Amino acid sequence: MKGIMNTLFGKKNRSRTISFSLVILVYIVIEILMHAIRMPRLFTSLLVPVCCYIIVALALNLVVGFSGELSLGHAGFMAIGAFTAVAVSGLSASAVPNGMLRLFLSVVAGCIVSGLFGLLISVPVLKLSGDYLAIVTLAFGQIIKSLINNMFLGFDKNGLHFSFVTNEVSLENGKMLLSGPMGATDTAKISNFTTGIILILITLFIIYSLINSKYGRTIMAARDNRIAAESIGVDISRTKTLAFVISAALAGMAGALYALNYSTLQPSKFDFNTSILILVYVVFGGLGNINGTIISTTLLYVLPEMLRSLQDYRMLIYAVVLIVVMQLTNSSRIRRFADRITDLFRKKGEE
Amino acid sequence: MANPVLEVKNLGIDFGGLTAVNNLNMEVYEGEIVGLIGPNGAGKTTVFNLLTKVYDPSRGSILLDGKDIARMTTVDVNKAGIARTFQNIRLFGKISVIDNVKTGMNNHHAYSVADAIFHTKKRNESEKRITEKAEELLKIFNLYDSRDIEADSLPYGAQRRLEIARALATEPKLLLLDEPAAGMNPQETDELMNTIRFVRDKFAISILLIEHDMSLVMNICERIYVLNYGTLLAKGSPDEIKNNEKVIKAYLGD
Repeated sequence: MKGIMNTLFGKKNRSRTISFSLVILVYIVIEILMHAIRMPRLFTSLLVPVCCYIIVALALNLVVGFSGELSLGHAGFMAIGAFTAVAVSGLSASAVPNGMLRLFLSVVAGCIVSGLFGLLISVPVLKLSGDYLAIVTLAFGQIIKSLINNMFLGFDKNGLHFSFVTNEVSLENGKMLLSGPMGATDTAKISNFTTGIILILITLFIIYSLINSKYGRTIMAARDNRIAAESIGVDISRTKTLAFVISAALAGMAGALYALNYSTLQPSKFDFNTSILILVYVVFGGLGNINGTIISTTLLYVLPEMLRSLQDYRMLIYAVVLIVVMQLTNSSRIRRFADRITDLFRKKGEE
Repeated sequence: MANPVLEVKNLGIDFGGLTAVNNLNMEVYEGEIVGLIGPNGAGKTTVFNLLTKVYDPSRGSILLDGKDIARMTTVDVNKAGIARTFQNIRLFGKISVIDNVKTGMNNHHAYSVADAIFHTKKRNESEKRITEKAEELLKIFNLYDSRDIEADSLPYGAQRRLEIARALATEPKLLLLDEPAAGMNPQETDELMNTIRFVRDKFAISILLIEHDMSLVMNICERIYVLNYGTLLAKGSPDEIKNNEKVIKAYLGD
């Protein structure tokens, strides 16, 4: 326990302390606001999706930022987690009436199944060096989307019914869990903001624990110099597989949380665009920068929603903001300026 | 003499039609510092790449403590006890100096991913030992004060020293140094020589080094192998090599 507290709030790691404080602080402020005044529906409906995208962006940052591999299919892992969770939640609805417990079960199931798929595709691919992971994950995302798009799953008192072609599933007084392109319908909405925040904290904890262990060091070593890493006994493919599987599992967890926040969910939600969107969050926040990822995901997810009133200009402004910020954060002059400001604050703090 | 740590027999490699190294026989005994010299392009670094299995030898065998390592992977060769540095420095540039050294210790400190995530006692004790050992190594190489900065921002000489520290962290029996003094000034080279001797005695290892700085080679090597066009030209004590006509000819031409 002492070790865990030390990890969370120890002096040595400022970034880690900032992450946890930031998330908890934002949670408290929003909870107070929600109780004090009536928040607009537009705002409250964004809370859970933002949590989901923060988790999946953090997960992707583990692959892209820390492990140095490119994944273009993280929406696929979200989809696996999402529809696994929908199925588990639907099947256990009568057995486990408690919403919290069912949510927990569904999220764990989504996490595990997604992690297994991550293992399945990364074991052969990560034996190779090069950009193969990007290609394979790109295809994987598309395949998963198409598979779920054609999947019909229902259950009644005779058990599970499953079909891959058309809706041949005929149920006697049962319930459809997945109905092809319509996706999941009539799901019980059991996700909530508090769970989202808890899952973010768990994700942060897992990622920080990992990167501050011998596994994190080997992951970054394999990224920085493959040949040198092998020369000191680092098994590159195992290391990269570990990072990828954990990332896939976390993405599945995010998908599970996401799915159980809506009563209906279509597979087309998790298409290639979503994968790219998550990648944009990660690149925008900075590769290997955890706090940057949290902030950029929040801003970039909320911004287009807030700009809805501007209609057609919405995506235009979004694009301009993206370009401007990317330019600015890469300019050495702006960096120096930011460094001077932080130095100024640090000096004041020391006095 | 003591037992050979490393025994190379008839080692050779061809790249297509080009034979880069041929019929090489050499031994390194326990606690020895051995030099490997030769004109540019003689195949010295290729020999290192063969010993660490970056390249697969076309023929011959490499025995480490009597065990053939010629068919192992690079990772297993390191686990068996050979660590190396590189001619063109290869550090983990974006992680801290101390983490570079810690990475070398992974195979000697086992704990699982679950241990890492749940911060078990096993993990904490391992990490504590790793940190202590890494700090000790950094002190030997005079890098302790810069332990928290990124390896990329170290000055050149310090980067070379860090590479040696990282290699030593894997607890090798045999350390291969590829031009450890390249780019260093005479004073730094002097310090390096002392460090190499100190490390050999403290960790009781053997060292095989490639170097162009003849004052360093003649000073610290107990035996020297001379390579030319991928074959062994001469071997012997520094004095024998200094006065060997074939060696002088290879270096200076006719």
